[in-house]
Amino acid sequence: MAVITTTEATPVAAPAKRRRLRFVANPKATTGLVLLGAFAVLAVIGPWIAPFDPSERGGDLMQGPSGAHWFGTTHLGQDIFSQVLVGTRSIMFVGFLAGIVATVLSVLVGVTSGYLGGMGGEGLSALSNVFLVIPALPLIIIITSSLPETTDLTIALVIGLTSWAWNARVLRAQTLSLRRRDYVEAARATGESTWRIILFEIMPNLTAVIASGFVGTVIFAVISEITLAFIGVSVSSGWNWGTVLYWAQSQQALAQGAWWWFVPAGLAIALLGTALSLVNFGIDEFVSPRLRGGGRTSVKTVDGRTVRMRVGFTPVLGDGTAREEKP
Amino acid sequence: MSDAVLEIRGLNVDYGLGADAVHAVRDVNLTLHRGEVLGLAGESGSGKSTLAYGMTRLLPPPGVVASGEVLYHRDGGDPVDVLRMDHAQLRAFRWAETAIVFQGAMNSLNPVHRVSTQLTDVIKAHDPRSTTASRLARARELLALVGIAPDRLDSYPHQLSGGMRQRVMIGMALALEPRVVIMDEPTTALDVVVQRQILRQLVDLRERLGFSVVFITHDLSLLVEFSDRIAIMYGGRIVEEAAAADLYRDPLHPYSDGLLHSFPALRGPRRELTGIPGAPPDLRSMPSGCSFHPRCPRAMERCGVEVPVLGVPGDRRGSDRTVACWLHPVQDNRF
Amino acid sequence: MSYLLKRIAFYLFTAWAAITINFFIPRLMPGDPVQALITRARGQMTTDAVQSLYVLFGLDKDESVVEQYFRYLGQLARGDLGMSFTFFPTPVAEVIGDGLPWTVGLVGFTTVLGFLLGTAAGTLVGWRRGSLADLLIPVTTFLSSIPYFWLGLLAIALLTGPDSFFPATGAYDTSLVPGFDLEFIGSVVQHGILPAATILISSMAGWVLSMRNMMVTVASEDYVTVAHAKGLPERRVMVGYAARNALLPNVSGFALSLGFIVGGTLLVEIVFSYPGLGLLLFQAVGAQDYPLMQGIFLVITLSVLLANFLADLAYLALDPRTRREG
Ligand SMILES: Nc1ncnc2c1ncn2[C@@H]1O[C@H](COP(=O)(O)OP(=O)(O)O)[C@@H](O)[C@H]1O
Ligand code: SF4
Ligand SMILES: [Mg+2]
Repeated sequence: MAVITTTEATPVAAPAKRRRLRFVANPKATTGLVLLGAFAVLAVIGPWIAPFDPSERGGDLMQGPSGAHWFGTTHLGQDIFSQVLVGTRSIMFVGFLAGIVATVLSVLVGVTSGYLGGMGGEGLSALSNVFLVIPALPLIIIITSSLPETTDLTIALVIGLTSWAWNARVLRAQTLSLRRRDYVEAARATGESTWRIILFEIMPNLTAVIASGFVGTVIFAVISEITLAFIGVSVSSGWNWGTVLYWAQSQQALAQGAWWWFVPAGLAIALLGTALSLVNFGIDEFVSPRLRGGGRTSVKTVDGRTVRMRVGFTPVLGDGTAREEKP
Repeated sequence: MSDAVLEIRGLNVDYGLGADAVHAVRDVNLTLHRGEVLGLAGESGSGKSTLAYGMTRLLPPPGVVASGEVLYHRDGGDPVDVLRMDHAQLRAFRWAETAIVFQGAMNSLNPVHRVSTQLTDVIKAHDPRSTTASRLARARELLALVGIAPDRLDSYPHQLSGGMRQRVMIGMALALEPRVVIMDEPTTALDVVVQRQILRQLVDLRERLGFSVVFITHDLSLLVEFSDRIAIMYGGRIVEEAAAADLYRDPLHPYSDGLLHSFPALRGPRRELTGIPGAPPDLRSMPSGCSFHPRCPRAMERCGVEVPVLGVPGDRRGSDRTVACWLHPVQDNRF
Repeated sequence: MSYLLKRIAFYLFTAWAAITINFFIPRLMPGDPVQALITRARGQMTTDAVQSLYVLFGLDKDESVVEQYFRYLGQLARGDLGMSFTFFPTPVAEVIGDGLPWTVGLVGFTTVLGFLLGTAAGTLVGWRRGSLADLLIPVTTFLSSIPYFWLGLLAIALLTGPDSFFPATGAYDTSLVPGFDLEFIGSVVQHGILPAATILISSMAGWVLSMRNMMVTVASEDYVTVAHAKGLPERRVMVGYAARNALLPNVSGFALSLGFIVGGTLLVEIVFSYPGLGLLLFQAVGAQDYPLMQGIFLVITLSVLLANFLADLAYLALDPRTRREG
C-alpha cells in the first residue's frame, strides 16, 4: 500500500536542462504522467460529461454493465459509471491538496531541522519521528470522526497535517548532507543570508526529493480518503470511489454477484496508484541512475553464448561485436 | 629477464556497447615477470583501474572486455587465458592465483562481518576440506604477517583504523599464497607515513614469499621508490614502459617527464614541480594523432596526424624499454 | 547500550505524545458528546461510568484542563478506557482485550511474513537484474497500488461461496468452542488463509521493490566486488555480502513504515469480518462509539511502538556499527 523507497543522501548536481529532458524521456515517468493527466482531465470534466446524476435513482435496479449503464447500476438504479466519473474530482482534489499541505510542512520542518542543526533541529527531527511512528490511518480516522462535519476540504487538511513526517525525515537527511557541500560552505563563508542559501543553494538540489515525496503523499492521501469513505466516516461528503465501495459493501454487492459495483472503482484506484508510482520510479531512477533497468543488458561473448551483464563477471565480447580499432 | 607470469595481449576494455561505447583501455600489451613489482602510473582517469578490473574481469556493468588475451602462466603448465574462462574456472582461479587490493580499501571490508569471517571464508571457498581450526590459525598467521595483533580477528571493520583495514586487505590477499597481487591505489586514502610503512612491508613480504605485484598509483614518485619496472598510461594507452631507474633518470615521453615533475620525490635530486598543464582527454572525443599532443610542450606537426606506436625507440636500440612518441620513433626492423 | 537507551526514551516520549493527542482530540469536539452518548445508552449507565466518560472527554466543568489531564492519566494507568456503547455495558478495555489477539495473530504474523518473503524475493530480483525477474516489477507496482481491502473484496467474490473451502467471514467456525484442540485450530487456520493471503500479496510488493533497489545499490559496493574477486561461491556473495548489507536499510524502513502498514491491514479485517481491532474500529465509527475508538487508537499506537522497538532490536543485532564498541 504505502511503497516507501529510501532515497537517502543521493548526489544531485548536473546540467539542469539535460537532466530534465532525461526525466521526460524516461518511459516509466512518461507513462505515469500521461495517465495522471488523463485523471486530471476527468477530474475537471467528469461531472459535465457524466451521463447521469450519480445520486439519481432509476428503474434498472442492480443491472450489470450495458449500453445505457457502462458500469451497471446500484440497488437504487443509480448509474455506477457516473458515480466513478464524478468521484474522480474529489479524489484528485483531496490527493493533491493533502499532498501540497504535507509537502509544504515537510519542507519547512525537514529543511529547517537539517539546516539549523543544534537543539532546534533535533527537536523538529524528534517531532517528525513521533508523527512517523504513530499509525497515521487510525489517527486520521479518529480525528475525522470527531469533526462536526466532514467535507473534502477538511479531510484533505487532516490527511495533509498528519502525513508530512516521512518526507520531512528524508529532506532533513538530504539537507544535512547538502550543508556540507563545498558550494554551500562557500556561500556561508561569503556571508550570504541563511534564507538566500536555503532558497538558492539548497532547495534547487532538493527538487527531486521533494517531488518524489509529494507523489508519495498523494498516493497515501488518495488511499486514506477512500478508506475513510469505505468505513463510513465520510460517506456524506459526496461521491468518490470510496463512497461507491462503501455502498457496494453495505448492500452486500458481493453476495449478490454484483461484481460491477466494486470492480471499476477498485481498478480506478489501482490505475491512479500505478500512475503515481511510475512517476516516482521515474524520479528515483533520475536521481540514482544505477536503479534504471532497461538498456542492453545481455551481450554475446567470445564463446558464442549470450550472457547477462553483471557485477563480478565482466563479459568478454565475441569477434562479431568486437569494436574496430581506429588506426 | 625472468620468465613471465602474466601476459596481457591486445587488451581493449569499453564502457557500454556498440556506438555508445567509451574506449577506456586501448590495445594494451604488458608483461608481468616472476617476482617483480610492475608499477602502473598515470593521471586519474587514464584507465589504470579499468585495466586492472578488466584483466581480472571484475569490471561492473556497463564495462565489457572488447578483445584481447590475458595469459596466466601456471607453474610448469600451459598458459591459460583468463578471458576465456567460464565462471566456475574463474572462481577457482581468483584469489588462489591472483589476488587484488582495491582502491577503495576503506570499503573493501564487509561492514557486517568480523575480520576473522572475511579472512576464513575465502580459505573455505577454495579449500572446503580445511578445518575451522586450521582456517583460524591461518587467519592469525596472516594478521601477524602484516603486523596486526591476533586479537583483532574478532573486530568489525569499523573498529579498525584506515591503515589497519588496508593491512588486513593485504593479509587477506596473501591468504592463498597467490603468485600475482594487483594493488590499485592501495594507500591513496592514507597519510604519507602510513602509506610508506605499508608499502615497505609489502616489498619485504614480496621478497620473502616471492609473488609478483602490479602496483597502480597516480603518484609516480612512489613507484620510482618501490617498483622494478614502470608503465605509464595516458588516455587508455601505455605510452612508455621502462625499468624504474631508467624512467626516473631518462624519461623519454614528455608525459612521463611531466608526471615526474608533478610529485615530490623522497630520494634523489630535487626536481622542480611544474605539473602538466591542461586536463586529461575526454574519452568520447579523443584528439587525433598522439592523444597527448594538445598538452605536449614538444608537439610537432606530425603528432596531430599520426598515432605513434609503442615500441623500442630507434635512439635506444637494444634497450628493454619502449615508448610511443614521435620524438623517439620506433626502430625500423626492416633494416 | 546508549543507542538502546535513546530509543527507549524516544518510544516513551512518543507514547506520551499519543496519549496526549488522545486526550485533546475529544476536547476539540463541539457540543457535549457524552450527553449524546448517555441519551443513546437510554439511561443504562451507572453514575460512575458517566463520571469516567466525563473525565475521558474533558467535560468535567469543575476541573481545570491540567487537573483533567492528570485524572485522565490516572485512569489510563488503571487500564480504565471507559465504557463501550456498542458493547454496553462491557468496558472498552475488555472489548479490546478480546479483539487484540486476533489482530496480533493476523496482522502481526502476516506483516512480518510479508516483509520476510518480499525481502527474499527482492534479493533475487535485485541480484538477477536484467533477467526475466525484472518483468515482475510492473506487476508488483500494480499490486502494491491496490488497497488491501479491495483485494480482500476481490478474494471474497472469487474464492468464497457456498461450496468453497474458504469461509468469507469470521475467524473460526462459531459452532466450535474456542480451545487448543486440533479442530478449533484447524478452523482458525482455514478462516485465516484468505485474509492473510490478501495482506501478504499487497504488503510483499513494496518490500520486493525496496529490497531490489537496495540490492542494486549494494551490488556495486567495493566489498561485493572483493567477494567476487575472492572467488566465493555465488550464494555466499549474494547472501552474506550483498543481501546481508541491503537488509539493513530495509529493516529500518520496515520499522518506520509499520504505522502505515498496520493502518491498511486493519481494513482487511473489516472486509472479512475478522473479529480484531480493525473490525471493532469499524463498528465504533459506525456507532459513534468514541471511547472505543480512542481506546483502539491508543492500543494500536502502543502496539506499533512495541513492534518498532522490536525492529530496532533486530537492527541492533544485524548492524555491528550500532553496537557500542567493547
Ligand atoms: N561507468 C563508466 N562509464 C563510462 N566511462 C567510465 C565509467 N567508469 C569510468 N569511466 C571512464 O574511464 C576512464 C578511466 O577510468 P579509471 O580506469 O577509473 O581511471 P584511473 O583508475 O586511471 O583513475 C575515465 O576517463 C572515466 O571517465
Ligand atoms: S608524439 Fe608528439 S605530442 Fe605525443 S608526446 Fe610525443 S612529442 Fe608530444
Ligand atoms: Mg583508479
